[in-house]
Amino acid sequence: MSFSREQVDKVALLSRLELTDEEKDRISQQLGSILDYIEQLGELDTEGVEPLAHCLPIQNVFREDVVEESLSIDEALGNAPKRRDEFFAVPPPIEK
Amino acid sequence: MTLIQESATRLVDQLRAGDVSAEAVTRAFCDRIEAVDDKVKAFLHYDRDAALDQARAIDKKRQSGASVGRLAGLPIAVKDILCAKGMPTTCASKMLETFVPPYDAHVIGRLREEDAVFLGRVNMDEFAMGSSTENSAVASTRNPWNTDCVPGGSSGGSAAAVAACEAPISLGTDTGGSIRQPASYCGIVGLKPTYGRVSRYGLIAFASSLDQIGPMARTVDDAALLLECIAGHDRHDATSANEPVPEYTKEITAPIKGLKVGIVPDHFGEGLDPEVESAVRASLDVLKDQGAELVEIDLPHKKYGIAAYYLVATAEASSNLARYDGVHYGFRAENFDGLIDMYCKTRGQGFGDEVKRRIMLGTFALSAGYRDAYYIKALQVRRLIKNDFDAAFATVDVICAPTAPTPAFKIGEKTDDPLSMYLSDIYTVSTNLAGICGLNVPCGFSKAGLPIGLQIQSPPFGETVAMRVGRAYQQATDWHTKTPSL
Repeated sequence: MSFSREQVDKVALLSRLELTDEEKDRISQQLGSILDYIEQLGELDTEGVEPLAHCLPIQNVFREDVVEESLSIDEALGNAPKRRDEFFAVPPPIEK
Repeated sequence: MTLIQESATRLVDQLRAGDVSAEAVTRAFCDRIEAVDDKVKAFLHYDRDAALDQARAIDKKRQSGASVGRLAGLPIAVKDILCAKGMPTTCASKMLETFVPPYDAHVIGRLREEDAVFLGRVNMDEFAMGSSTENSAVASTRNPWNTDCVPGGSSGGSAAAVAACEAPISLGTDTGGSIRQPASYCGIVGLKPTYGRVSRYGLIAFASSLDQIGPMARTVDDAALLLECIAGHDRHDATSANEPVPEYTKEITAPIKGLKVGIVPDHFGEGLDPEVESAVRASLDVLKDQGAELVEIDLPHKKYGIAAYYLVATAEASSNLARYDGVHYGFRAENFDGLIDMYCKTRGQGFGDEVKRRIMLGTFALSAGYRDAYYIKALQVRRLIKNDFDAAFATVDVICAPTAPTPAFKIGEKTDDPLSMYLSDIYTVSTNLAGICGLNVPCGFSKAGLPIGLQIQSPPFGETVAMRVGRAYQQATDWHTKTPSL
């Protein structure tokens, strides 16, 4: 299947990736051939087969609801590209 | 034999007996790194003084009569994807170039408790996405057997460091073959444990239902020693299994007489290099000579492994890597227009080509209108693949196959063709999809002098039986004693 430039633009936005025109051309061609290969899954009749998301038979692992030690604010913010006081600093999410 | 050629098991014995100091062992490996790593390029971060300080502290602790850990004084190289408090942890990505974790991964904490010496951080494909270590944002690691060739990936630095005698042992991670394939290309032992066997806490996530941490070493005994130290339940990883940890180092010494070794005739078909085929077939004869019984089996859905894998793994990756948003840690682009644009520019500039490609594929596979046809379909095929293994392991103890279809390829040979790169994982990805265990042991060389690997797969929590077979094979052969000339 082909992976059109329109699809590349749409998926890039969903992925929050800014791509150059050259990258878009390349990804469109490469994802097209990867998806061609993946098409072979269509040969298999999987009607009624339960999807397997995870191999261990583990569900709802809980711990006691007690307060434990955690990172200090300075440790938690230590790698932030930009901080202000005790917060991560970001550009305004809502336009004026 | 010089210190740098010794197995980890022998080094630990000599350290315990006081025949050699941790400082001397560490110095020997540091000297080796300084002598050959310009050629191999396995290390991203290496600090001689810090390593020697650790070693001296351990020597002092031992001399004081205090009890020391099982790995006391043993140097180790760690893949740059495992968080270590205060050490740079970059995933070989521009995105995490400046990241210094505020906490230790579970396995790093275990190694500290066992008094191992950290030599440094080794190279990998960016965010563990790749099969050649060429996707590192820093440098391409070289195969120590032929520096024009790739070491495999994504744990290429971990494999090359051990093969080049720059470290006696290392930690890698395996999401679709990233321990076993580089181990095969570099001629060392690599074990992908069962999903859940080793805690993933502090392992920077690629595909959470597939990722596993495992040992890379020269001998199966060494891998067993390291696994014994890192395996077991950890309450910080809800998917770490609450299963007892066997005494692998003892249990793997049992003979293999009477064990049933499954062989899949189709594994030796089209696409397999003839030299790999003959080395792997010869290794089966070695197992037979030791009393193992070869049994033909079928894994009917194995040809769909790569297609299912590259949907499941990329879908999970697209979600896991959403955390790199330029807010909490790592790279942030300059000059943007608002929040969304900051995300897009940060990610567009911070990630390399392969990471972007996989995020795109995974996002597409999960997007409205395509999710059922791609992601859910892949999970259904994953179930069929797991059912194949369940049925096979009802009749055989292990399954033997090639680890990779060819020996190591040339640097640059597959970089423009991602699909052909993906196909180098054809024998390994199903292990991760099914959550079982897989081991690589070196089983020969091509005429060009490149290593070839035998893969031994075993059922969930069947590390012992896979290593029994691998160990028996190493007892009868000497491939693992060969070292490259650098």
